[in-house]
Amino acid sequence: MAIVLLIIATASFFLMRFAPGGPFDKERTLPEAIEKNLRAKYHLDRPLAVQYIIYMGGLIRGDLGPSFKYRNRSVNTIIAQSFPISLTLGIYALSLAFIVGVSAGTFAAVNKHSALDYTTMSITLLGISLPNFFLGLILLLLFCFELPLFPAAGWGRPGQMVLPILTLAAPFTAYIARLMRASMLDVLSQPYIRTARAKGLSEFQVVSRHALKNAITPIVSFMGPAAAAVLTGSIVIEKIFAIPGLGTHFVNAALNRDYTLVMGTVLLYSFLLVLFNLAVDIAYSFIDPRVRL
Amino acid sequence: MLKVLLPIVLAPAILCTTITFTTHRQNRAEFTYVSGPEPETLDPPLLTGFLEGRIVAALFEGLTQYEPKDLSPIPGIASHWNVSEDGRTYTFYLRDTKWSNGEPLTAHDFVYSWKRALDPITAADYAYQLYYIKNARPFNEGRLTDFSQVGVRAVDDYTLEVQLENPTAFFLDLTSFPTLMPVNRKCAEAHGDDWTLPENMVCNGPFRLAEWKINDRIRMEKNPFYWDAQHVKLQSIDALAIESINTGFNVYETGGADYLYGVPLPLVETLSDRKDFHSHVFLATFFLRFNVTAPPFDDVRVRKALDMAIDKEGIVKYVTRGGEIPAATLVPPGMPNYQPPEGLPFNPEEAQRLLAEAGYPGGHGFPKTEYLFNTSEANKDIAEVIQQMWKKYLGIDVTLVNQEWKVFLSTVKNLDYQIARGNWIGDYVDPNTFLDMFVTGGGNNRTGWSNRRYDQLIEAAAEEKDEDKRMEIFREAENILVADDLPILPVYYHVSLDMYRPHVKGVSPNLLNIHPWKYVRIDRETN
Amino acid sequence: MENKPAMAGWAFVVFIGIIVLLTPVIAPYSYEEQNLEEQYQGPSLKHWMGTDSKGRDLMTRVMYGGRISLAVGLAGAAVSLIIGVTYGSIAGFKGGRTDNIMMRAVDILYGLPFIFFVILVMTVVGRSIYVLFIALGAVQWLTMARIVRGQTIMLKEREFVEAARALGASNARIIVYHLLPNLIGPIIVYATLTIPSVMLEEAFLSFLGLGVQPPASSWGSLAADGMIHITPVKTDWWLVVFPGMTLAATLFALNLLGDGLRDALET
Repeated sequence: MAIVLLIIATASFFLMRFAPGGPFDKERTLPEAIEKNLRAKYHLDRPLAVQYIIYMGGLIRGDLGPSFKYRNRSVNTIIAQSFPISLTLGIYALSLAFIVGVSAGTFAAVNKHSALDYTTMSITLLGISLPNFFLGLILLLLFCFELPLFPAAGWGRPGQMVLPILTLAAPFTAYIARLMRASMLDVLSQPYIRTARAKGLSEFQVVSRHALKNAITPIVSFMGPAAAAVLTGSIVIEKIFAIPGLGTHFVNAALNRDYTLVMGTVLLYSFLLVLFNLAVDIAYSFIDPRVRL
Repeated sequence: MLKVLLPIVLAPAILCTTITFTTHRQNRAEFTYVSGPEPETLDPPLLTGFLEGRIVAALFEGLTQYEPKDLSPIPGIASHWNVSEDGRTYTFYLRDTKWSNGEPLTAHDFVYSWKRALDPITAADYAYQLYYIKNARPFNEGRLTDFSQVGVRAVDDYTLEVQLENPTAFFLDLTSFPTLMPVNRKCAEAHGDDWTLPENMVCNGPFRLAEWKINDRIRMEKNPFYWDAQHVKLQSIDALAIESINTGFNVYETGGADYLYGVPLPLVETLSDRKDFHSHVFLATFFLRFNVTAPPFDDVRVRKALDMAIDKEGIVKYVTRGGEIPAATLVPPGMPNYQPPEGLPFNPEEAQRLLAEAGYPGGHGFPKTEYLFNTSEANKDIAEVIQQMWKKYLGIDVTLVNQEWKVFLSTVKNLDYQIARGNWIGDYVDPNTFLDMFVTGGGNNRTGWSNRRYDQLIEAAAEEKDEDKRMEIFREAENILVADDLPILPVYYHVSLDMYRPHVKGVSPNLLNIHPWKYVRIDRETN
Repeated sequence: MENKPAMAGWAFVVFIGIIVLLTPVIAPYSYEEQNLEEQYQGPSLKHWMGTDSKGRDLMTRVMYGGRISLAVGLAGAAVSLIIGVTYGSIAGFKGGRTDNIMMRAVDILYGLPFIFFVILVMTVVGRSIYVLFIALGAVQWLTMARIVRGQTIMLKEREFVEAARALGASNARIIVYHLLPNLIGPIIVYATLTIPSVMLEEAFLSFLGLGVQPPASSWGSLAADGMIHITPVKTDWWLVVFPGMTLAATLFALNLLGDGLRDALET
């Protein structure tokens, strides 16, 4: 894991440095002497290898360095303020997607080939075909402008969280529902389910006690990639709804050549995903005893 | 199994919610405005942007402050001042004022602050605003280490003496500029880069910093120690950090803010009839740069032809649509005492004649040309229209190239372009803030253009003490720039487009779109 | 094929494909020519999808945008196919330690925020459409590699591979002539499903301003550009809805088709 992060840190460090334009290029050209002062302050006047060592040294101590754009902020404080918001958004969206997706998928599978099944499957297919920003805009148009139920932007009040979470959760809900339906159908055709039915258990009992447990395994393993996708998805959502999370910082930082902030964000995201995948593996072994870590 | 999974999923969700609601305040300030993107810094000498300037102007006050209507310098921390006969020595007499922690503010604080702004270690972008002070430049460049040789000195606790290099006519204007605002020494030295955080900041303006949430909001509260606190009406202000102009507008329109800086361009026409829409001339010009070091733009006839083939009326009418004014000069209208030259008119026939004279009749044989702009919807719209006009009137095909901001800047800086979008916002109300940009080798020239007469005129203006003569010199210089030589092609003058509700009183429109919040009040009774 | 939804999807994709191919011939207006007097007109008989901020016919722009969107989808899928098939078949065929290491690498890459690197690359290298093809394809190859590897492992134990090996065929020859032809089915299915994902990624990047660059535009960038015209006071909905819905409908059809093909293959 440490090696993976090291590779990511190195790759993004050099990728950023080779980008044309620097953090101090602005509409107004700075007098040479002032630009020199700035470069000295941020060690940009040193050879690249030295800069790399300085950065890595800081990284080991958990110091992600100062932001180049936000002159009085360290990357650590920016992340500390913004990340919990993105995390909240992501966790809610994922939980919602998980709960709704699993229920809808199960429902569709149990009522296979019914009108309900087809409706659910069409909606979910639409869900994975709609660009996220498009959906967000439609929701904004309907529930904020036409029907003023929710505020247009911002973060902090419960009302402000509804639209962003719905928008972010939609494609994952759809995907999970489809995955769940297929998996549930697979499980329901297994012999042991027939046994359970033969024992006289109601369909509800069969599904909730026996089938669900096995059918849910592929969903759990999907949660790893899903977490990755939620992180990227939240970039769009945060932009549309002006949420002060970390996602907006990432794109802006890359455009602004805010080297340290870009690296801090990339490293944090990578670290989280690696961690999350590990957690999924553990959860997997809980559900399926055959899998050993 | 669900019994295991549910808590795993829900526990962090609940935790996060709690954090969100405890760290984000709910109550609204008395006055809320949409400020724009997250401020880069609130450290006065470090800041470069307008939106930061608005916040800092509420938190700090310099020797002088802006008169809200004409932006002339009026007494701030200095109650009055003397200028010596030769215009090179300024003596400021300070009021007895206090920092927001109750400690007295003295002339020594200004000496410290200006030293800090000039110190190479501070690395302030705008340190050059202080270069008019004697020896400030060598000190900032590290060539001089003894600050006592720099022309600023505290005669006593309440008297500050400043020696200038030249009689700089606009020096008083600069003293209300953020770069020259005072910074509290104890605070800055104790907290380093963190001194601008709300828990640390000591300031001296009408308001003090209560809260600063990244990409969210800045909360300011009335500063009881401010010398003129009795005239400050607002108790608290929220500056919302919202990056997208559209989202900002949505927030304003759905009642989330009282004041909005900037209106989405497609809406300008719809909104222009509304009572809460306010448009005013702004001290900024949109122009194109020519790279005059390479053909075909080393030929002044080609540059003139391209200028005269642009229907600037059409651009402001159909594209920008915000009430912008077509520009024939670089310096925007509204500069007191300044009579700008005429520039070139829209004249397609003359343009065609000039182009033919330059060897490209009807655009035939005109080399492949690229028009460079930085990626943005507005820039794209303008570029596409200009492209069409050149094609229609001159028969020349121009390729549009857009680059992302930082790449664009370095391309233009390296003269690696043919035609490039340019934009300039004045720092103070004087033609010099526009015209000194194009002196030979100037950092912001970026056209490769050099004209000895022009350089001499700009230099002469800096030495000139008589206001009328000085303006006459500027006029002659600008005529070279926009009528004779044309290294740039002025397109239009910007306007500021703001919205504020009728209950927001005390806002005076002006050239820099600066509205000191200390004069603003909320009055829902009278209309 | 009996699967009706899949057939409908196929029909729609063909329809869009034909329109897009014929666009230069059948487009009612010019892509670039502006008509400033006809700004912001809603849908009408003259302009079926309305006009944009410069009075250009939106339907024409949507048609041209489709060329770009589909080109990005196809090229991205092709890139992912080339990388994924090569990688997966080598891993599967070699087996043992090589396979272990190669698939472990895929596992790790799965967990990485690839799109972040695409964003980085797009900002750093510049935004040419070819970079976009490669970058998006490079994000999508992992699933393809897994599937191809799984199939290869199954196939390589079969008699005809044994026979070829006994006849002295080289590894490369076995992969190209004996394994790949048998892999075509799953490859086509997953390529079909990759096209919509790539197109969706392109729309995502366009929204961030990192996708297709003007004067070119895709469905995604048209919809993203149109977003600024949706406000509480003035809603020029057609600028978002038509490009957005065309994109969504095409992705929907492609997904239907892909699902149908997969079902057909699996049963």
